[in-house]
Amino acid sequence: MEKIKNRILEVVPEAVVVSEAPLTVSVPPLPFYDLARRLRDDEDMRFDYLVCMTGVDEGESLGVVYHLRSTVYGHELVLRTAALDRENPELASVVDIWATANLNEREVFDFFGIRFINHPDMRRLFLRNDWVGYPLRKDYNADEKINPVRLESEETIDVAPAYEASRDGEVEEIEHVLFKEGEYVVNIGPQHPATHGVLRFRVQLDGEIVRKVDVNCGYIHRGIEKMCESLTYPQMLALTDRLDYLSAHQNRHALCLCIEDALQIEVPERVKYIRTIMDELTRLQSHLLFWSTFCMDLGALTAFFYGFRDREKILDMFEETCGGRLIMNYNVVGGVMQDIHPNLVHRIKDFIKYLPPMLKEYHEVFTGNIIAQQRMKGIGLLSREDAISYGVTGPSGRASGWACDVRKIHPYGVYDKVDFKEIVREDGDVFGRYMVRMEEILQSLHILEQLVDNIPEGDFAVKTKPIIRLPEGNYFRSVEASRGEFGVYIESRGDKFPYRVKFRSPGLPLVSVVDLLARDGKIADLIAVGGSLDYVVPDIDR
Amino acid sequence: MKYEDFNDNEYLEELRKGGVDVIVGKLDELINWGRSNSVWPLTFATSCCGIEFMAVGAARYDFARFGFEVTRASPRQADVIVVAGTIVHKMAPVLKRLYDQMADPKYVIAMGGCAISGGPFKKSYHVVRGVNTIIPVDVYVPGCPPRPEALLYGMMQLQRKIKVERFFGVVNHKQPKSENPDNEK
Repeated sequence: MEKIKNRILEVVPEAVVVSEAPLTVSVPPLPFYDLARRLRDDEDMRFDYLVCMTGVDEGESLGVVYHLRSTVYGHELVLRTAALDRENPELASVVDIWATANLNEREVFDFFGIRFINHPDMRRLFLRNDWVGYPLRKDYNADEKINPVRLESEETIDVAPAYEASRDGEVEEIEHVLFKEGEYVVNIGPQHPATHGVLRFRVQLDGEIVRKVDVNCGYIHRGIEKMCESLTYPQMLALTDRLDYLSAHQNRHALCLCIEDALQIEVPERVKYIRTIMDELTRLQSHLLFWSTFCMDLGALTAFFYGFRDREKILDMFEETCGGRLIMNYNVVGGVMQDIHPNLVHRIKDFIKYLPPMLKEYHEVFTGNIIAQQRMKGIGLLSREDAISYGVTGPSGRASGWACDVRKIHPYGVYDKVDFKEIVREDGDVFGRYMVRMEEILQSLHILEQLVDNIPEGDFAVKTKPIIRLPEGNYFRSVEASRGEFGVYIESRGDKFPYRVKFRSPGLPLVSVVDLLARDGKIADLIAVGGSLDYVVPDIDR
Repeated sequence: MKYEDFNDNEYLEELRKGGVDVIVGKLDELINWGRSNSVWPLTFATSCCGIEFMAVGAARYDFARFGFEVTRASPRQADVIVVAGTIVHKMAPVLKRLYDQMADPKYVIAMGGCAISGGPFKKSYHVVRGVNTIIPVDVYVPGCPPRPEALLYGMMQLQRKIKVERFFGVVNHKQPKSENPDNEK
């Protein structure tokens, strides 16, 4: 780490080291782009994975925080920079360094109004084009009269604004043409059964060949990050369940870990076991739902009934222990809400015996089917480099040969004590992503098998103060949710409310590769690609 | 659930307290019997409630028992829209258009806290506080998300509502007041 610090100070002498662990460096905006490029390209640094990008309103300036990780060396770095002019904030875009910055920079523009120079497409990502103001700025006026509920749709624009810097540093606005006059554009969504929620694609077609996909998000953007700024830490927990409702436990686990880290609470061993068991059960039900809906997308309706039948068994366990079927509200700061139900252990044991024969049946009815194979194999290829550059984590990233499992990289809970295999495949196509999930089901069962008999006795929660105040500082924690790395970034100023909360959703990178994967394929393959990525739209939009 | 509890909101049947014409009334009953047992929902879901909606459609809860199983992806073919999930500002015009595209007679079920009032996201800058500000709602099903049984109960309440509608002789309750011939007398 010392070496990296010295290298950064060598490149940018005016950089300020804010903290040592994790290494956080504040860099002025001008040399930022060159530093970013060096960070990714230099042999001994290789920060090739932009984990999370967060805009922060810092009062006089508007800052951006970049969480970087190297997939080669595994080291991590937090970079901060800020646009100093609040009225006319501008920063250099890093799209050509990390492809995942594309949608992330649009998100920051949407929330804070920071324009990224040399970004190809500076449209709003979530809000309407005619939205007034930037909601995550602290001086945002939330008056209903300024932004009323409008009942006419916004005009879809074919020409996006972009900003380019000329050689002498002058910034000029240019037009980036998304779809030219006369090109055949088909609208898919937001009301479409195969988009898995309210996601909207604009697809340019040439016959039945897809030439370009333009993703439009925001049809379920609920502004959770802004809401969190006016909620206390225990209140915030309820909203994480509703981000990606199929990874409810894991999302909440991430936030709890982040808060516990900041407060330096050590949770009892029993809690770690319970949380890990619940995380794996959540992963199981999510993957079962993936199987049901993905097969349904490809025309196999029976799979839907089979998958849901088996998923209900897990939901029953949740209901008994947590009280909820889908939104469990189980993890709390310092532990879990209540102790596990006495039935849980034997129910899990029954389930471990029950599922493998069912999986065999799944493979018989669907995986081996020649039509299914032809619709999956060789479709939507994602290379390892692209997966890293776009930040596609989870089963989709692992299907491209990138070992990105947070459970292995940064073990939390009791993942360091259990033996399980990280499923990595090299194919990178729809079939690969499908098979990774199917094999992960078996691994999850294997983890449960090791844990279920060994839950130690003890408290199910430690007592916390009635009012939780996080010490001043920045905290980031991530867990492996069902569809990838879910991260929580909290910036605290010592108050009982957070100053800024950002959820690194696994869904946003997933949806950003749809264009790459579906391009030059058939339009029917777009559905297979979307299904295999298994994004959850409320998780993308937050 | 006991039958008495099912009929706890009595007002619906009161609409018919005054009795109905023998022939037209019987015809109404026949038509409504058919209509109420083949309510086709639109495949529409925005968030968490959508998963529970799917669970109701799957084998365990199986709303096919009540005639709701034909979920339609096109609003033109649907009778009822189950608003499952939060409706945000950007989605509001889309929902309105979906509702307008449905053929009459059409019904709306607001499923879950978000659709009823904005739910946990009531204070957000981008959330519509209740779909009843956009489209008329027939049945509200509270919960976050509602249990599948709750949704089934809500859909059966809708069936009751359909059963007291009148097609012949008198106005349909969906008709605007200005078109009501009774008003002119």
